[in-house]
Amino acid sequence: MTGTHLGMPAFPPFPDAAREAVRDGVLRANLRHATHTIRGKRARAVAELADWERLRAAGKAVKDHTLRHLDRYLLQLEASVTAAGGTVHWAADADEANRIVTDLVLATGESEVVKVKSMATQETGLNEALEAAGIAAYETDLAELIVQLGHDRPSHILVPAIHRNRREIRDIFRSEMGGWGRPAPEDLGDDPRELAEAARLHLREKFLRAKVAVSGANFVVAETGTMVVLESEGNGRMCLTLPDTLISVVGIEKVVPTFRDLEVFLQTLPRSSTAERMNPYTTMWTGTHEGDGPSAFHLVLLDNGRTDTLADATGRQALRCIRCSACLNVCPVYERAGGHAYGSVYPGPIGAVLSPQLRGTAGAVDASLPYASTLCGACYEVCPVAIDIPEILLHLRERVVQGGPVTREGVRVRLRPAHGHTAERAAMRAARLLLDHPGALRAGERLLARARRLRPRRLPGPGRAWTDTRELPDIPAEPFRDWWLRERGNRP
Amino acid sequence: MSTRDRILSRIRRATAGAPDAPPVPRDYLRVHGSRTPAETADLLAANLTEYRATVHRTDEDGIARLLARLLAASRTVLVPPALPGHWLASATATRVHDDPASTPYDLDRVDSVVTGCALAIAETGTLVLDGGPDQGRRRITLVPDHHVCVVRVPDQVVDSVPQALERLDPTRPLTWISGPSATSDIELDRVEGVHGPRTLDVVLLGAQ
Ligand code: SF4
Repeated sequence: MTGTHLGMPAFPPFPDAAREAVRDGVLRANLRHATHTIRGKRARAVAELADWERLRAAGKAVKDHTLRHLDRYLLQLEASVTAAGGTVHWAADADEANRIVTDLVLATGESEVVKVKSMATQETGLNEALEAAGIAAYETDLAELIVQLGHDRPSHILVPAIHRNRREIRDIFRSEMGGWGRPAPEDLGDDPRELAEAARLHLREKFLRAKVAVSGANFVVAETGTMVVLESEGNGRMCLTLPDTLISVVGIEKVVPTFRDLEVFLQTLPRSSTAERMNPYTTMWTGTHEGDGPSAFHLVLLDNGRTDTLADATGRQALRCIRCSACLNVCPVYERAGGHAYGSVYPGPIGAVLSPQLRGTAGAVDASLPYASTLCGACYEVCPVAIDIPEILLHLRERVVQGGPVTREGVRVRLRPAHGHTAERAAMRAARLLLDHPGALRAGERLLARARRLRPRRLPGPGRAWTDTRELPDIPAEPFRDWWLRERGNRP
Repeated sequence: MSTRDRILSRIRRATAGAPDAPPVPRDYLRVHGSRTPAETADLLAANLTEYRATVHRTDEDGIARLLARLLAASRTVLVPPALPGHWLASATATRVHDDPASTPYDLDRVDSVVTGCALAIAETGTLVLDGGPDQGRRRITLVPDHHVCVVRVPDQVVDSVPQALERLDPTRPLTWISGPSATSDIELDRVEGVHGPRTLDVVLLGAQ
């Protein structure tokens, strides 16, 4: 129905993919260790700021205000970037964005680019598009390098190789680095220090000779045209300052009105994301600067389903997301299922609400994603821009089951209720997954009572005949889990 | 219709009739806690140290000696156009001047770089460079493996991120540095120095 591309085509629906991940013991151990570590550190970093809730409210308000007047701020941004010596391009979808970037690279006469980790270009599948045009795209973030060399897919927004342990990384470096450039040392061990050093040497030769870089941005300031990239390793700085040409692909929701607005997000993003007071490096640039940094700068503004999402009064709040990944780290379902199960570059709770909106809920993956949650509400609690993810999940479930008005590619259409049991199957399989994993279920049921008013009024598929003549039973006020505990004692 | 106009008209249709967004509440704190200038400098030093930078303190009389010591192992040192001359008076490393014609490969052969800064943020342990004449272009603090950054205390130290943004010029290229380059991508073990300088020395320059 819609062609919106989110980086991972042809993927099984969430429950199938998740079931496979759940069976993978190494993956689960890696994930559990990682998410629990970040989770604990994040809580401490947040507790340091007495005004956290006020910063969160301000972040939400800045984003809501921007989204409400997005046309105005994008035009202002275009004017300020242009005045500062940059060129602005507009892309309606992934194909158009990839075409623009490919043409810009080809025009430089170069056949390789270095890349800063960017969700937007993962979303559009830019690397594959460049490859098809004979251009090699090198990922330079360490985790993205691991993913790229391992012919793998990212599984976490912030730590894309979270599913890999040091031994696997060493094996990937040993067998793959030589094919892309400087090989890993013969006797490379699995100490993180040694691995990071191998990556440094491998990538340095690419940084020093690179003429073209592709990046995303965390924020772009309408008032001044300033682009902002937060990172840790310095690969971002390398890509943003050494090459002659810089191309930044940025979702239209990344704009903030004023330079001052950054004071909110520069406090909330690092703490939510890496649990640090501040990430090691942040680069801000405005257009081009005589004698310092790239002499040509291109900004590609990407829609790819965002305006459709904006048209949905409940769902549009997902566009506030600043991609901090805090919601992944607290999610009991993500912890078990892993990032790949979500079938797009956006995993975890935010993926479960963003992908079905960007792509539409017509496909099996997207129909299943709103069920990839226990509705425990932890994602909402940690979100630095207060996105009510459970609310959107319920909204999307209702849409899958009952259909209703949606906007696809700018056109208002009426979605029909899911046919061929798509939704029912998705829901039942997701439920089975959760029943297999009581920890996830326990977390979920706490919210279910609150969510009762949003339960579907009718079942889809064969269940419909039944609900046509009677109401679905109410979801009990007391969570099943509590009843179980009371009746059966504290057995898992 | 151009893509630009199509996107803009989709946005207008999507937001038509939406209630106006309430004003942004700005009641969050400008500063977290109240400190004397000396306490602010101490906090800066503590936060920089926690992120594995090495902090040194000296005054105008001692800076040449201190920098000579920090550069003792360096054969070459990059110098921005307007670095105060007396800072490097005692250093033996060969000066390499920031030359727009230099290639990244040239920079890669230099051992160290010494710069001033635009300001430093105590609450987050952050140095901000804005390409001023005592800091030079962005690349000179990136490619060499050792960066020595001199912060004038208390003039160049602010408490918080909001105070920092107020004082910065957004049209200049800005580099915010909080500790040396680091990664946590391998089993979340923090490793310093992937691509940027692996050693960051910060000199707090003021009355001792
Ligand atoms: S939804 Fe919120 S918590 Fe999740 S990545 Fe986005 S901003 Fe972070």
